[in-house]
Amino acid sequence: MDVVIFLIFAIIAVACAINVVVQTHPISSAISLVGVMGSLAVIYLLLGAEFIAAAQVIVYAGAIMVLFVFVIMLLNAGAEATKGRAPMAHLLGPPLLAAFLGILAFVVRRLFPREYTAHFGGFTHGTAKDVGRALFTTYLLPFEAASVLILIAIIGAVVLARKEMD
Amino acid sequence: MDSFIVISVVKAVVVFGALLTALAYLQWVERKVIAHIQVRPGPYRVGPHGLLQPVADIVKLITKEDLSPPFVNKTLYLAAPFLAMTLALMSICVIPFGPAIRVGGVQTWMQLTDLNIGVLFVLAVSSIGVYGIALAGWSSNNKYALLGSLRSSAQMISYELPLSLAIASPLLLSNTLSLRLLVDSQAGGAWRWNALRGPFPQIFAFVIFLIAAFAECNRVPFDLPEAENELVAGFHTEYSSMKFASFFMSEYANMITVSCMATLLFLGGWDAPWPARYGSSLVPTVLLAGAGLMALYHGIHPWRRRDRYSLPAAGAVFLLAAAVFLLPAVQSWLMPLFWFGAKVGSILFAFMWVRGTLPRLRYDQLMGFAWKYLFPAAMLNLLLTGFLVAWGS
Repeated sequence: MDVVIFLIFAIIAVACAINVVVQTHPISSAISLVGVMGSLAVIYLLLGAEFIAAAQVIVYAGAIMVLFVFVIMLLNAGAEATKGRAPMAHLLGPPLLAAFLGILAFVVRRLFPREYTAHFGGFTHGTAKDVGRALFTTYLLPFEAASVLILIAIIGAVVLARKEMD
Repeated sequence: MDSFIVISVVKAVVVFGALLTALAYLQWVERKVIAHIQVRPGPYRVGPHGLLQPVADIVKLITKEDLSPPFVNKTLYLAAPFLAMTLALMSICVIPFGPAIRVGGVQTWMQLTDLNIGVLFVLAVSSIGVYGIALAGWSSNNKYALLGSLRSSAQMISYELPLSLAIASPLLLSNTLSLRLLVDSQAGGAWRWNALRGPFPQIFAFVIFLIAAFAECNRVPFDLPEAENELVAGFHTEYSSMKFASFFMSEYANMITVSCMATLLFLGGWDAPWPARYGSSLVPTVLLAGAGLMALYHGIHPWRRRDRYSLPAAGAVFLLAAAVFLLPAVQSWLMPLFWFGAKVGSILFAFMWVRGTLPRLRYDQLMGFAWKYLFPAAMLNLLLTGFLVAWGS
């Protein structure tokens, strides 16, 4: 049962990810990206990380991608005009892709040997309480650094917007 | 495992049947409430007091010509109403309506499923709900529809912040994200509900939540996405027949969801306002018996000839229902349902009351209100709550 659900959503995630690149219209690409985020959330849920799954949907699918779609709609971007691909891309594309995938598979195999394989529902530290505790004890410094970084970005946005208004 | 699947299927059928019926009749209730606010009778022709009006509306909407304009983006145009409807109906599966009950020797909760992140689930579903409206407006290839959906996206993004912050503060008091445990933590009477209990009563958070919920549901006074005097019909200008109806129904489903959430977060869910030993279990009986006696009285002194028969019949039905609430076997599951329904119904009534009373805001007022007043107020409330909870423990 778990494997079936995993396979379904893994296939949806990969298909949507390919669709992001293949689609010529920005809105279609953005919607495909939402599909990738949603399927990833389901896979997190299968592993037992409920909080991460919810955060994935709320933050990525619900906030960031809505902003993407909003901006695309606001700019009224049309479909991408393609002028065909360069002959170099035809020649080098497939072998480079194969090489990249091969390296990726090799690295993943080296990094995670067989005894570290994930189990469905095996991740037991996924509750909101555990994540909160980890965030405010073990990972306090990265957490605060990230919040300062976001604060800088907000101030930067305000400064830029203000200059525009004058 | 098999019995789990059977119970789940039965519960899903019951819950969704009740929800869809409630959706159809909520629209009748709204038309009646608005009509009485404006001193007119409202729907009156189809069935007694227009009670069959929803059925007539459904037949009308299904049999209308289903038109899709030639200039739309076909895929997204068809996906948008589907998306809006699905996401609007999805939240109901984590909402608990009452405590555990026993039916024919099977113990089960009056809830489809309890997630330990139930609150976050509802937030997640509502945050992707904006896609239905955004895509509907964009794929219609119509400037009014596009403007409507742009407004709606901006509005929903802005009001989601105060909404989430207003949800966070009662969670600090209850210390859980599971909706079932949330209600358990408020059990024992109105003074234990999150809206009223110490160390910091969440009455401000409740008001902020309601205001933000009006905006999230695109309801008056925040119904800018479909302001008909400037945008024709807003994001659903190009939709007809059942496709239009699904946007309409998703708006009502969202209203029911936020009312349920307000009830669970702030008003103690299915908990009675005061304990049963002081007579809270007699409230529905007294109300129904009062209604029954009033109907009987007016049946004896009728205004019209046919009232002599119809009003006593209605009175008898009310008295029978009042008697049903007294049966101990039924009381255990009917009382929680009654209180839950009463609280959700009161909030839904407030939605309609506001619609009958307030004019629409201007767009810059709407955005300014969210960012300049509602968001800081919600932030302050969360800070104060957090400080007092930490200080008290």
